Amino acid sequence: MKGPDVVWYLGVAGFLFATGALGVLIRRSPLIVLLSLEIMLNGANLALIAFSRHFAQGDGQIFALTVMAVAASEVVVGLGLIVAIARRKLDLDVDKLSTLRG
Amino acid sequence: MIVASFSNVLVWAIWVVAAFACLGSGIAVISFTNPFYASLSLIGNLASLAVMYLLLSAEFVAAAQVLVYAGAVMVMFLFVTAYLGNRADAPWAGAPSWQTIGAVAACAALFVEVIVVVSLKTSGRLSHQAAIDSSFGRPHEIGRLFLTDHLLAFEITSIVLLIAAVGGVILGSHSRDAPMSGVQQ
Repeated sequence: MKGPDVVWYLGVAGFLFATGALGVLIRRSPLIVLLSLEIMLNGANLALIAFSRHFAQGDGQIFALTVMAVAASEVVVGLGLIVAIARRKLDLDVDKLSTLRG
Repeated sequence: MIVASFSNVLVWAIWVVAAFACLGSGIAVISFTNPFYASLSLIGNLASLAVMYLLLSAEFVAAAQVLVYAGAVMVMFLFVTAYLGNRADAPWAGAPSWQTIGAVAACAALFVEVIVVVSLKTSGRLSHQAAIDSSFGRPHEIGRLFLTDHLLAFEITSIVLLIAAVGGVILGSHSRDAPMSGVQQ
């Protein structure tokens, strides 16, 4: 079982990261911004695991699992904020949420 | 020899399918106007990434990816999308503004930069994969690394998760018209 080199995985990881960054920049719904953030984190995870396999070191997988836990925490707080925004009947639009006052 | 080359072709074929599914669903996530469909595309993205993790001999991470991400996190996303109803719709704003064009250019530049740096800096040096033994990526090995070499990261991760859980409860516990001044209602 040989398969593609780490460079191919890095290409996919770079494309995923760029796609996620594009979503964060051009979308205005906070839900989709959070989904795009997940894509960026997963691009980084893919690069970590590809290098982990390439150098036969397990540490990259530990990093990836830690990133996963941090992503889960980020989603909890982000979705909590979105629900709090929606309860206050504010627009779900990151361009209009320009003040931090409740 | 024939068996080895067949297995190589098979791995490449699976990789190509997973990579295209991954890229396509990633683009679908940022282009759907309905966040429900965007969340479902992200589940597809995570599943195809899990296939690539399996190809990279990271079995435990692939299982955690499907359980934690495609299971728990995406269910949370879908619940919030359902809670918000049609308020969560995210229509595209008319004609592309200069900000959109700039963002597309910046992200294309980011991607090209990654490709150029990887191909310039690593040409030839990343062609030899290190050999792995059978314990690589297994839960036993991950657990050993977590509880010996990376114990601090493990503990800090648990504290981060605890803080996020407390923060989620505090953010969700305010009643509709109450002031944001205190936690107790």
